[in-house]
Amino acid sequence: MGIFTRGFGGRREPEAASLPPGQHLTDGFPVLTAGPTQYVDTDDWSLTITTETNDRQTWSWDDLMAMPVDDVEVDIHCVTRWSKLGTRWRGVPVDAFFEKIESTGDYVMAHSHGGYTTNLPLEDLLDGRAWVVFEYDDGPLPAEHGGPVRLLVPHLYFWKSAKWLNGFTMMTGDEPGFWEGFGYHNYGNPWREERYDRD
Amino acid sequence: MTEDPSSHALDGNAAAGPFADVFGVDVSMVTVTCGGCQASAVFAEQRAFLGGPGAVLRCPGCDHVLARVVQTTRELWLDLSGSASWRFPMPISKAAGSQPNEPLADGTID
Amino acid sequence: MTDLADRGARTRGKLPGPRPRWLRARLVALRSETRTARTLTFEVPGWPGHRAGQHLDMRLTAADGYSAQRAYSISAPADGEQVSVTVQQVRDGEVSPYLVEDMELGDELEVRGPIGGWFVWPPSPEAPVEQPVLLVGGGSGVVPLMAMVRERARVGSRAPFRLVYSARDADQVLYADELAQSATDDGLLVDLLYTRAAPDGTTRPPGRITEADLATPPEAGLADRVAPRAYVCGPTAFVEHVIGRLLTLGYTNRTIRAERFGPSGG
Repeated sequence: MGIFTRGFGGRREPEAASLPPGQHLTDGFPVLTAGPTQYVDTDDWSLTITTETNDRQTWSWDDLMAMPVDDVEVDIHCVTRWSKLGTRWRGVPVDAFFEKIESTGDYVMAHSHGGYTTNLPLEDLLDGRAWVVFEYDDGPLPAEHGGPVRLLVPHLYFWKSAKWLNGFTMMTGDEPGFWEGFGYHNYGNPWREERYDRD
Repeated sequence: MTEDPSSHALDGNAAAGPFADVFGVDVSMVTVTCGGCQASAVFAEQRAFLGGPGAVLRCPGCDHVLARVVQTTRELWLDLSGSASWRFPMPISKAAGSQPNEPLADGTID
Repeated sequence: MTDLADRGARTRGKLPGPRPRWLRARLVALRSETRTARTLTFEVPGWPGHRAGQHLDMRLTAADGYSAQRAYSISAPADGEQVSVTVQQVRDGEVSPYLVEDMELGDELEVRGPIGGWFVWPPSPEAPVEQPVLLVGGGSGVVPLMAMVRERARVGSRAPFRLVYSARDADQVLYADELAQSATDDGLLVDLLYTRAAPDGTTRPPGRITEADLATPPEAGLADRVAPRAYVCGPTAFVEHVIGRLLTLGYTNRTIRAERFGPSGG
């Protein structure tokens, strides 16, 4: 319609040159969700990787705590146009989980408690590009931000960083997850502004 | 209504706006039956999650996704697959042509 | 003939039209309600009118094209092409600080509405306006209830209306003077309760709303302990808590209508 609201947006920080196209900085950390916050006790938490032949491997919270961790500082970009720079997390590289997995699957579906799903190529989870995180900003990851454990894939739009992570399913063929099958881009590269399908 | 359409559950009152884009009408009073547990309630009383990639309507009893709406740059997506049915109230009009040839109580046709 | 006429006169929950669409809105009046809340009145050419309890969607677009959308309850009855909303500033909010502190007369944004055929008073065009009603508001949840209170005054209804209004402290109370005036002039029963700090002179200590707060007092003049209809509005947790208490008191899911705001509704 072309109506601009005078003075709106004036409080936002000046844009950094290093933002993907169409993004704006935020200093808050908006909580965006497709369903109710999941509350999972670490005693009850587990992560299961299921291969395309239905082989399973499961890690408990204690298993997770015994794995090598990274402290990472990354920028995150939400498809709703906010970006947050320099977010700090602690977690286990996804590589560590797939080391012993035998699979010919090139694609992965990440699963959350509560039923949310999102699909990614396996290679986007490996080589230090993704983490299974359990701390944010020096503290336990809060439930409203996906705690106790969520996926972190900073090079893609943040809807790919599934909250309340509880599993990965390997797939030989790509299948769309919750948003990918419903208007959103299958891959989601913010630097190419791949927000919606057919972008 | 207030700040931050995201995070915690709202109710269908808040989702009526995004769904109006697709239906062309306010759907707050539509009775939605859950495809998961078969519970029925008006749209306004279902659970709504907004502010994320799309508007999601869920059953307050079983969390089943009843409906979703997404607006991209080019299209409006509507998903009703999780609803068993949507019942839209309709006015009963006495205007001519609305119920043609319906017999009256005494058997005559007006 | 009579049978058809009777059927014609009965309208079962008609879907309200017309189709809500985005309209240009110009700010024409401002009123400070508290230090952190103010009422904004917009002139909206093409506004189709609205019912008490409905809300509108508001869209603000910055010069660089960035836009944000929020829903706000309409605070006053239909008045031609003028629409008012009361906005409570939320700390670190993206939109409310602009609306409460920055927006000036003559500024423009877009609105879509009215939205919401469920949370409205009267509940339908045929519903009697003389039926007793219980209104329960938490924080800014009182805004759509105030539209109902004002509508009742506008139509000259003497229906027993009781408003139970839960606020953090006296500084947060919206429409304080008007509510006091309405209590005197229009027979509105108002029970203010505080959750964090109660002013001197009040007997109820600060605390969360309880069943006792909601139970109908003798002066409500109701033969039954339970009003035929209750409207509950506020943050989701507040609404769920109040509905639980009302069900215990004898209200049912059919007599309660609710509208849930986000967590920061207060």
